Amino acid sequence: MIARILSISLNSFRENLREKLLYNLLIFALLMIGSSILLSRITIGDYHRLILDIGLASINLFGVLIAIFVGIGLVSKEIDRKTIYTIVSKPIPRYAFLLGKYFGLVITLLANTAVMVLGLLVVLYVMDVPITGLFFQSIGLIFLELMVITAVALLFSTFTSSTLSAIFTLGIYVIGHMSGDLKELAKKLDEISQAIINVVYYVLPNLERFNLKGHVIHGLDFGASDMALTISYGLTYAGLLLLLAGIIFQRRDFQ
Amino acid sequence: MATSTIILKTEALRKTFKVGFWGRQVTALEGLDLEVRQGEVFGFLGPNGAGKTTTLKILMGLIYPTSGQAWLFGKPIGDRDSKARLGFLPESPYFYDYLTGAEFLRFYGDLFGLSVSVVNRRIGELLELVGMTHARDLQLRKFSKGMLQRIGIAQALINDPELVVLDEPMSGLDPIGRKEIRDLILRLKEEGKTIFFSSHILHDAEMLCDRVSILVKGRLVAMGRVSDLIGADSTHSIEVLVEGLGSDGLAQVKPLTEKVTVTGDRALLILKGQQSVNEVLERIRTAKAKLISLTPHNSSLEDLFIRQVREQRGEE
Repeated sequence: MIARILSISLNSFRENLREKLLYNLLIFALLMIGSSILLSRITIGDYHRLILDIGLASINLFGVLIAIFVGIGLVSKEIDRKTIYTIVSKPIPRYAFLLGKYFGLVITLLANTAVMVLGLLVVLYVMDVPITGLFFQSIGLIFLELMVITAVALLFSTFTSSTLSAIFTLGIYVIGHMSGDLKELAKKLDEISQAIINVVYYVLPNLERFNLKGHVIHGLDFGASDMALTISYGLTYAGLLLLLAGIIFQRRDFQ
Repeated sequence: MATSTIILKTEALRKTFKVGFWGRQVTALEGLDLEVRQGEVFGFLGPNGAGKTTTLKILMGLIYPTSGQAWLFGKPIGDRDSKARLGFLPESPYFYDYLTGAEFLRFYGDLFGLSVSVVNRRIGELLELVGMTHARDLQLRKFSKGMLQRIGIAQALINDPELVVLDEPMSGLDPIGRKEIRDLILRLKEEGKTIFFSSHILHDAEMLCDRVSILVKGRLVAMGRVSDLIGADSTHSIEVLVEGLGSDGLAQVKPLTEKVTVTGDRALLILKGQQSVNEVLERIRTAKAKLISLTPHNSSLEDLFIRQVREQRGEE
C-alpha cells in the first residue's frame, strides 16, 4: 500500500512542479530574502537581526502561500477534472489517495523550502551572519507549520470549492497566529464569550508555537524537550486533520 | 450462456441527489436490476440523463447508492479484490495532461501494485493494441480526443481485467475512431473478457452487443438479447451489393429478391426478410461474383429505443 501511496505522491509532486505559480512564489521569496542585503546596508546598528528576521519570515510566508494555493487544489482539482474517477475505481482505498496527495505536496514544500533556505544561507554567509543550530530548529518548525497548513487546506478541499478552501485556510492561518492574543482578549470579556474563545483556542492550531524567529534573533535557547513537545503537537494536529479529511472523503459522492 | 457466471449484478439500485440550495430531491435511478454474464458484451443504453453514468459510478465506487445493492464478481461493490479484476474508462476522460503516454500507463500500473517488469510489458502491449506506440513519449495535453479515448482504454486494460466497463466509449469520436473502438471491443471479447459499456449510439450497440438494456429516466424499460428485444421478423429488408454477377448469376438470384437494380458491373439486390439471405449468398458464391456489402435495414433497436423513450416520457 505504501508503494501505491508513494506513486500518487510522486505523481502529484510532478504535477506541482509544473505549476507556474510555484516558481513565481519561489522567485518572489528569493527576491525578498535577497533584498534583506540592501535593507541591511541602510540600517544603522545590528543588521544580523534584520536579515534573519526578513529571511525566516519570507520562508514562512511563501511556504504558507504555496501550501494554501497548491493545497486547496489537491483534491478539488482532481474532482473537477474527473481524474479521480480513474483512481477511486482502482483497488486502492480512498484514504490512500488522500495521503498520497498530501505527501505529494509535502515533498513539493520540502523541495521549495530547501531552495529558500539555501538562498538564505547564501545571504547569511555573504553578510557574515553566524549560523546557529537554533536557525535550523526554526526552519524545522516552519516546515512543520507548513505540514499543518497543508493538512488544513486538504481538509477543506475534500468538501468545498477551491475558492472557499483558500479563504478558510487563510483564515485559520491568521487566527492560528493570533490565538494567544485571543486568549488574552478573552480575559477581559464576559463568561460566555470566554467559553467560546476558549473553544476556538483549543480547536484551532496554535501556529505561534512553531514560530522561533524571536528565539533565533535574540539567541534564546529552545530546549530539546520544548522541541519534542512542539513536534508532537504539530504531527498530532496534522494527523487528526488528515483523519477527519479521510472520514469526509470516504463518505462523499463524486458527482 | 444462461448458465455462465454472473459477473455484475444490481438489485433495486436507487439513487437520489439533492440539488440546489433547498436540497430538492432528484431521483437519478429508480430500482435498477441488472445482470451481466461472463464473456458477454453488454450494452447499457439510454438517452442522455437516463442514469447510465450514475449507475456506472455506483458500480465503480465513486458514489454510494441511496438504497439497493450491487455486486461485482459476487462481492459487494467497493471490494478491493474485485476492483483489481476491473478496468474502467470514464466518460470523456480528462487525464493528467503533463504525463507522457508511457508515464500515464505506468502510474495506473503502480496503482494496481503491478511489478515493474509486468508494467513495462503491459505498456508496450497496450500502446500497440490501441495503436499509440508513436505517443509513448508524447505528453497527454498534445493528444487529440480520439487519442485520449484510446489511451484511456489502454489505462482501463493495464491490469488485464476480466471485466471492462466503458462509459460512452464512442461519444465524440469520428467514424474511424468509432470503428477502431468497436474493433477493440470485439477483440477484448475474443480474449474472453466481459464488456459492459454505456452508449446512446444504438448502431454501435446493435453491432457489438450480445445483450442490451434500455434505461429511461432511471428505470429499466427493456433488457435482453438484441434479437429477442426487437423480434425475429424485424428485419425489414436486406440490401446486397455485388460486383461481376453476370447475367446468368443475376437470373439465378433474381427470383429470391424483391428488387434488383443494375448499375454497370454492380447489382444491388433487395431482399425481403432474412429467409433468403443464405441462399442468395450461396448463389453469388457459385457465380464467383464479388460481394461488396450486405446491409440489413432494420434500425429496429432504434425503433424500440424511441418507442420506449416515448412511452416512458408519455407517462409523466
